Amino acid sequence: MKVNTPIHEHSLTELSAAIKNKTLSSVEVTQHFLNRIHKHENLNAFLEVHEQQALKQAKWCDNNPESSKDKPLFGVPIAHKDIFCTIDGHTTCASKVLDKFQANYDATVVKKCAHAGMINLGKLNMDEFAMGSTNENSAYGPVANPWNHENCPGGSSGGSASAVSARLAPIATGSDTGGSIRQPASFTGITGIKPTYGRISRYGMIAFASSLDQAGPMTTSVSDAALMLNIMCGYDHNDTTTAQIAVPDFTKNLNNDIKGLTIGIPEEFFGDGLQEDCKLAVEKAIKTYQELGAIIKPIHLPNLSFAIPTYYLLAPIEAASNLARYDGIHYGYRHKDAESLESLYQLSREYGFGKEVKRRILIGTFASSTEYSAAYYKQALIAKKIITNDYKKAFTEVDAILTPTTTSTAFKLNNKDQSPSSLYLSDIYTVSVNLASLPALSIPVGFDHKNLPIGMQLISNRFNEQTILQLGHAYQRATQWHTMYPELYKG
Amino acid sequence: MALDSQNIFLNIGLEIHIQLSTKTKAFSSAPVQYGNQANQNIRIVDVAIPGTLPIVNKEMMKQAIMFGKCVDAQVNQKITFARKHYFYPDLPKGYQITQDENPILVGGSINYELNGKTKQCMLHHAHLEEDAGKSLHGYKKGTSGIDLNRAGQPLLEIVTEPCLESIDDAIAFLKQLHSLVTYLGICDGNMQEGSFRCDVNISVKPSKDAPLGNRVEIKNMNSFKFIQRALQYEIERQVEQINDGQKVHQETRLYNEKKQSTESMRSKENANDYRYFSEPDIPTIWIDEQFIADAISRLPEIPEDRVARYEAAGMQPTDARIIAYQRPMADFADQLIDYGHEIKTIANWILGPISALANKAQIDFASLPISSNDIHDILTKLVNGALSSKMAKEVLEHIWNEQKSVDEIIEKYGLKQLDSEEEIAKIIQDILEKNPNQLAAYRSGKDKLFGYFVGQAMKATQGQANPGKLNKILKEMLSG
Repeated sequence: MKVNTPIHEHSLTELSAAIKNKTLSSVEVTQHFLNRIHKHENLNAFLEVHEQQALKQAKWCDNNPESSKDKPLFGVPIAHKDIFCTIDGHTTCASKVLDKFQANYDATVVKKCAHAGMINLGKLNMDEFAMGSTNENSAYGPVANPWNHENCPGGSSGGSASAVSARLAPIATGSDTGGSIRQPASFTGITGIKPTYGRISRYGMIAFASSLDQAGPMTTSVSDAALMLNIMCGYDHNDTTTAQIAVPDFTKNLNNDIKGLTIGIPEEFFGDGLQEDCKLAVEKAIKTYQELGAIIKPIHLPNLSFAIPTYYLLAPIEAASNLARYDGIHYGYRHKDAESLESLYQLSREYGFGKEVKRRILIGTFASSTEYSAAYYKQALIAKKIITNDYKKAFTEVDAILTPTTTSTAFKLNNKDQSPSSLYLSDIYTVSVNLASLPALSIPVGFDHKNLPIGMQLISNRFNEQTILQLGHAYQRATQWHTMYPELYKG
Repeated sequence: MALDSQNIFLNIGLEIHIQLSTKTKAFSSAPVQYGNQANQNIRIVDVAIPGTLPIVNKEMMKQAIMFGKCVDAQVNQKITFARKHYFYPDLPKGYQITQDENPILVGGSINYELNGKTKQCMLHHAHLEEDAGKSLHGYKKGTSGIDLNRAGQPLLEIVTEPCLESIDDAIAFLKQLHSLVTYLGICDGNMQEGSFRCDVNISVKPSKDAPLGNRVEIKNMNSFKFIQRALQYEIERQVEQINDGQKVHQETRLYNEKKQSTESMRSKENANDYRYFSEPDIPTIWIDEQFIADAISRLPEIPEDRVARYEAAGMQPTDARIIAYQRPMADFADQLIDYGHEIKTIANWILGPISALANKAQIDFASLPISSNDIHDILTKLVNGALSSKMAKEVLEHIWNEQKSVDEIIEKYGLKQLDSEEEIAKIIQDILEKNPNQLAAYRSGKDKLFGYFVGQAMKATQGQANPGKLNKILKEMLSG
């Protein structure tokens, strides 16, 4: 372990080792992050801090060192996106409709992290029901980007990204339906991976679009992400959409030489909409890979333009269905002025949901109606297959695909000029990955002229996270971008 | 020419929801049990707590396959589930998990008996789905309660072709289906508790070859009587409308038990848009041969096979069908067959005196107070002449009431048939000697006096004389 390094600059492995060999106590580590959370409350990254519970668990870890056996991250803190149900505290999905909602079970992801010995610091802000790319759709206020408080951290896992970027937590969980891990990771200069659909259980992760939702870790490095995947992945009998495929040790081949790996560069991702700074930074990263011995190969994903309309039909259709349960009857927000069943539904849903959520419920309801289902839903399913096939074909030629994660760096907060559809369009580089059920990683590759982080996306074939982890790790060994975090949060 | 309800043609199609007899719910581990305290049988999945996911109950699939095998339906190798959306307080998810594009069973048919003829009803398909909960209105003043015990219980919805041509056909078919599913043990058949419910589609047309009329659906009926009355009312209503020059509107109606009439629930224009789409939480399920074989291995002898077996053994077809489809009754019959009794006698006894007693006591053959061994003893004595058929029935009644053995009952009530020709002749001799005038009158041609002598003989033997032998000997001795 590096001497005199502040606690929050340690990797997960380092923290775990320090706690195990008693260089640091879990209470020391936990208290350190809790202090930082309080000090930087103005980021609004946390919806709820579980201070007492976290310290109690940390103390227990310190008192029971013999329990650390088989617990790879014994006594190491984590924070969970508020989309994951936790018995402790509240689970709101950043929606008024679930205001003060207490889940009576832990999500599988939460359970697995606890089994690994991790301590939950609290619940992180997000776009309501994970719908959004600025985190401004939270019912509990927007989150600031630590690099510049006038900018958003991205979304929907904005709280997670902001917290890890400011080193308020060494790792945070996120969820990604169309880019909700990768885009905020890119906007805040951190590492985020969305594994293959089916790798991580969705049980207890509040559903947005069930066929696309996938949890993943948001960390400061690829090696931490790999370690977290070891903990989070695996078949879950509570979620029959999880894959019954063996989970490899993702940390094992991280240091393998990338010489000879073929990286595909799809021309379609470097077109007009891409901010110049981002393009240059990503091109520089491509050069780095060449220097490291990877083979760079131009490829085509000709049907990329279908991705946005396809995604913005399928995701809202499933969302409209998944969110039907928030009706004010069984739990959650119920409007008090309701005078009939119908008005109970109407008022509770009108006031319980935010604007973006309602917009997507309307789109989804319309697109799945009997009259329009053939024109929209069925067509979208066909387009999804076409996009998936494009990727399938590409992976016969290349080991991974490299793209920018986003078309630009972080948006300004309160940008009144930004229409919903222009925001939807900004998801162009991330959504196709969800449609094709692929794993993808975003890592920082530099800064733009406003000193905002730029991210690069690495995509690999289904259930082949190892390749992009290996590539990402090789890049992080060769560069320093991932170690950088805003001056304001140092010390 | 005006139509009347006698000279029109009907197309009736049925959608029957049967609650499958699984231990746990369709998509959760909550127990399935009727009559428990409200909201006792629920898990977080049943309340649609955020983040919960459905897990398909394999047993429900097996029971559906058992049914499918018995009706010659095709078991789909690939099955998928779908979501059917509507808002209702007893539907916590806001959608029902059901099957749309790839139901578990396709096609098949069921034979039923009507007026001594065997008829066939074609099945369109059968699919699995979950039941909704129940709204309890006015359980507290001004409020409604929700009981989710039933929410998520597995249902098999059996959909027929619109091939039933009369109310009698519909009822006969339903009764046959009811017997079948209870026979298989995949449904308890309790209609009052809603285990067997029916939606009816009906359309009328003026001639057999006319195209199908607009159909009206009558929803959710749980008694044969209601179904019959609802259909009766609906036919008359539709005929009246046609005669008034109106069109029958495609709509959904509800049967009002109190008014014995149907009432409009919603028209086609106002029909719910259920926005079916495939359930993303449940991956496609591939049913393999082994799974089907496992389900089939649990099947008892298929009722249709039993019918065939009884008929081949000489049972009347109508009797065979009635007995074969009631499993405890058929099991009882099989035991008597194993004892080696004559098939027609078995049918007569089961459908005659034993059924009469069972009906009177309102119990079924699974819980008779007598055993097949008792009936075996009675029939044996009947055949060898130790009991007359009248006495045999008497013995049965006594055993039924007192649960004693046949011999004990015969002993107790002295129900021994006088079978010895010698003894009978002796008694007749005695009677003839005591009634010289009547004997003379008979012999001079008054044949009617024969009955008088039979009466005297029966009286003398306390009704225990073998009637056949008595008649024969009496005739011989009277003629001198």
